[in-house]
Amino acid sequence: MPFRRTISFKKTMLASVIGATLAGTALLPMAASAETLRVGYAADPETLDIHEQLSGGMLRFSHLSFDPLVRWTKNFEFEPRLATEWEQVDETTMRMSLREGVTFHSGNPLTAEDVVWTIERLKESPDYRAIFEPVESAEAIDDHTIEIKTSEPYPLLLNLATYIFPMDRAFYTGETDDGDDKSEIVKAGNSYASRHVSGTGPFIVTERRQGVRVDFERFDDYWDTDTGNVDRIVLTPIAENASRVAALLSGGVDFIDAVPPNDLERVREADDVNLVEINGTRIIGFQLNEERVEAFQDPRVRQAVAYAINQEGIADRLMRGFATPAAQFSPEGYSGHNPDLTPRYDVERAQELMAEAGYADGFTIDMIAPNNRYVNDAQIAQAVSNMLARINIDVNLRTMPLAQYWPEYDTRQSDAAMIGWHADTEDSANFFQYLTFCIDEQTGAGQYNYGSYCNEEIDALVTAADSETDLEKRNAMLREAEAMLYEDAGYIPLHWQNLAYAAREDVDIEPVVNAIDFPYLGDLVISE
Amino acid sequence: MIAFLIKRLMHAILVMFIISVLAFAIQDNLGDPVQQMVGQSVPESEREALRERLGLNDPFLVQYARFALNAVQGDFGTSYFYREPALEVIGRHLPATLELVFASTLIIVLFSVPIGVYSAIKPRAILSRFFMGASIVGISIPVFLTAIILIQIFSIGVTVTLFPESTGWGSWLNGFFSTEGNMPSFGRGYDLVHVFGHWDTNLATWNGLQHLVLPSIALASIMLPLFIRLIRAEMMEVMQSDYVKYARAKGISMRRVYFVHALKNTMLPVITVGGVQIGTMVAYTILTETVFQWPGMGLMFLDAINHADIPLIVSYLMIVGVIFVVTNTIVDLVYGLVNPTVKLTGKPA
Repeated sequence: MPFRRTISFKKTMLASVIGATLAGTALLPMAASAETLRVGYAADPETLDIHEQLSGGMLRFSHLSFDPLVRWTKNFEFEPRLATEWEQVDETTMRMSLREGVTFHSGNPLTAEDVVWTIERLKESPDYRAIFEPVESAEAIDDHTIEIKTSEPYPLLLNLATYIFPMDRAFYTGETDDGDDKSEIVKAGNSYASRHVSGTGPFIVTERRQGVRVDFERFDDYWDTDTGNVDRIVLTPIAENASRVAALLSGGVDFIDAVPPNDLERVREADDVNLVEINGTRIIGFQLNEERVEAFQDPRVRQAVAYAINQEGIADRLMRGFATPAAQFSPEGYSGHNPDLTPRYDVERAQELMAEAGYADGFTIDMIAPNNRYVNDAQIAQAVSNMLARINIDVNLRTMPLAQYWPEYDTRQSDAAMIGWHADTEDSANFFQYLTFCIDEQTGAGQYNYGSYCNEEIDALVTAADSETDLEKRNAMLREAEAMLYEDAGYIPLHWQNLAYAAREDVDIEPVVNAIDFPYLGDLVISE
Repeated sequence: MIAFLIKRLMHAILVMFIISVLAFAIQDNLGDPVQQMVGQSVPESEREALRERLGLNDPFLVQYARFALNAVQGDFGTSYFYREPALEVIGRHLPATLELVFASTLIIVLFSVPIGVYSAIKPRAILSRFFMGASIVGISIPVFLTAIILIQIFSIGVTVTLFPESTGWGSWLNGFFSTEGNMPSFGRGYDLVHVFGHWDTNLATWNGLQHLVLPSIALASIMLPLFIRLIRAEMMEVMQSDYVKYARAKGISMRRVYFVHALKNTMLPVITVGGVQIGTMVAYTILTETVFQWPGMGLMFLDAINHADIPLIVSYLMIVGVIFVVTNTIVDLVYGLVNPTVKLTGKPA
């Protein structure tokens, strides 16, 4: 069409004003064949040793180059991966059958010994040791059967199995040329396992430059042949939100994570790009410091705070719908989610409670919040400060970057603090154990209980639930615990932060992304 | 000359020493590196063990002495995040930054001199006024915004429908203001040519150059207006000086007066300022590299800050200090060449 030709000619004119005639020239699409996926994540894996650090980036990587025994589906059910069947032999023993014909990237076959070795290594890992505490031992019964024993009856063994990504025992055994043990886990060090990798997963790492890019290639002998069609992955970490979105919109990458709320509209309306939003499982909320503020020891004052905060307003307006308002820890789908608990915004009731407790005139508190950890964290904290002003609690808010926030948080020298929490076990009890359990330095209970909140009844109930293997009963107990915490306002929940992914139109991400935030890229299908 | 260089070397060492002390003194405020290395559920006892292993529990002087002893032997510590010696990490990121700074400097030199001279010679011309106005706007727009606007226009593309599409002129204007995008918006591209050591260059391939264009324009956007105004002001002043008036009175061609007599003297202060500003530009790369995900020292430094990667932060600051000393030294040498009346040692002869 002559019409179009005119336009592109004019474009060149504009470009030349800026002094670059390059803009009109089409950039050669860099290896954009149908099977290459260029990924722009906010962060890249910290290391190649999957047991060195427990983080979102590492678990995403684990799902690329390794396979778990079982994994979560979108609906929080277990899907068999390397374990094909499992049964509870007695109260403390579970027997699992392993998939046959699975090979590692090195060519070694997967056997029960590899799984046992991996579980033992997990128990050595500083990051996983606490989570794998309930596991007493693992034993290979035959080549493709293992038995996992727990010290007490433990209902969450399958949850733990999602963290067991069998490693290649033969590959990681022995000494390096420098005489270091190949299996050793060294934090922030240059260990063998942090540089070399052999898993059973769909992708092999071919090249890696920390902070710059990671290259993956499809593993030819991958056991699951009935799956996605991505042959190569180029993962570029793009931490800056605006740049990540721009990289997708300009066609520089095919798939991004963590689309920021401010850009959701823009991405949704863009041509050739699909946006997928998922209700997340990370609870964002506040803890009130009872050690420093006497008033917070009074449940009525804590309730007043809960009544004064408009969760729905924050989720709707500040987060632009990018959050689900919360009145409890457990998101929908979790065992302890209690559908009866809903946000209770009511300023008048809050003022009454303050008056009843003898604080009608209010008081002044310091509050801290991070400014680059959670979505809109500083703005949320500001909004909460304004809401508390209406019940005469004057807030001096300090926000700071993540690297400074956690050391400050650990000192517990402020009167209220923001914290977001994602349960590593994808289970309700985890929230209580870390955020509201009475602090016990010996057992590590209440490690993130900023306010020193303590309710022994709730603790006892959750502890009992954690050794209850009848899941129906257990869920009821956890729902009860949520209700008790709601009544006592031991934690001030705001919302569960949503997740948003976006991809080029022909990249069908919807089936492979999930609330746990680990996209299963092995299953990804790019339409031709 | 030798004495001068030795003196500067001592400067560099002094600068590195002071920076290292300062950086060490503030490291407690940089955050807790251990927090960045462990998962949320890791108990305090594990954290304490890690802190002990990294030597973070030692008193300030002990930590500093250990660092200084290793540093004089060329070992600046191991980066927590990259798990490699800090100098190695910096060496790997340095070429990307230097290429970016080089490309920006080229843009600045190529544009600022002609524009500055032109607007000094013809201060009342419409084009001069436009350049002056534009440079004010340029100085005031933060580099971050410039970068985002560049990406929007040249990478993502904009479609203008402001004018009636049905009329000929409307569709012409819409077409004129719309852009197609297609310029790479991040990274250095995958088409780099290895030169030597850690140096892979963007300058050797078309694809590499395309990746370099937007970041270098963004980085140049702060300094370019500054230099245009500086050159213009200096040039106008020189044009008022007696020897220029005399040269004109003698009937020497205006061309020769402008470009031989006046420009040479205009460039003296520009070289001084320019040298210092190139050092400053290394600092500005932090913003530019972040927006364009340009894998250079700036991006590396930001990552280091976010991970409280103290060895890398300290090393980076020291290296940047050295870069400042080196650029200043080169500036002084060049200055001596251009203006023979200046003695290098700075003492009266």
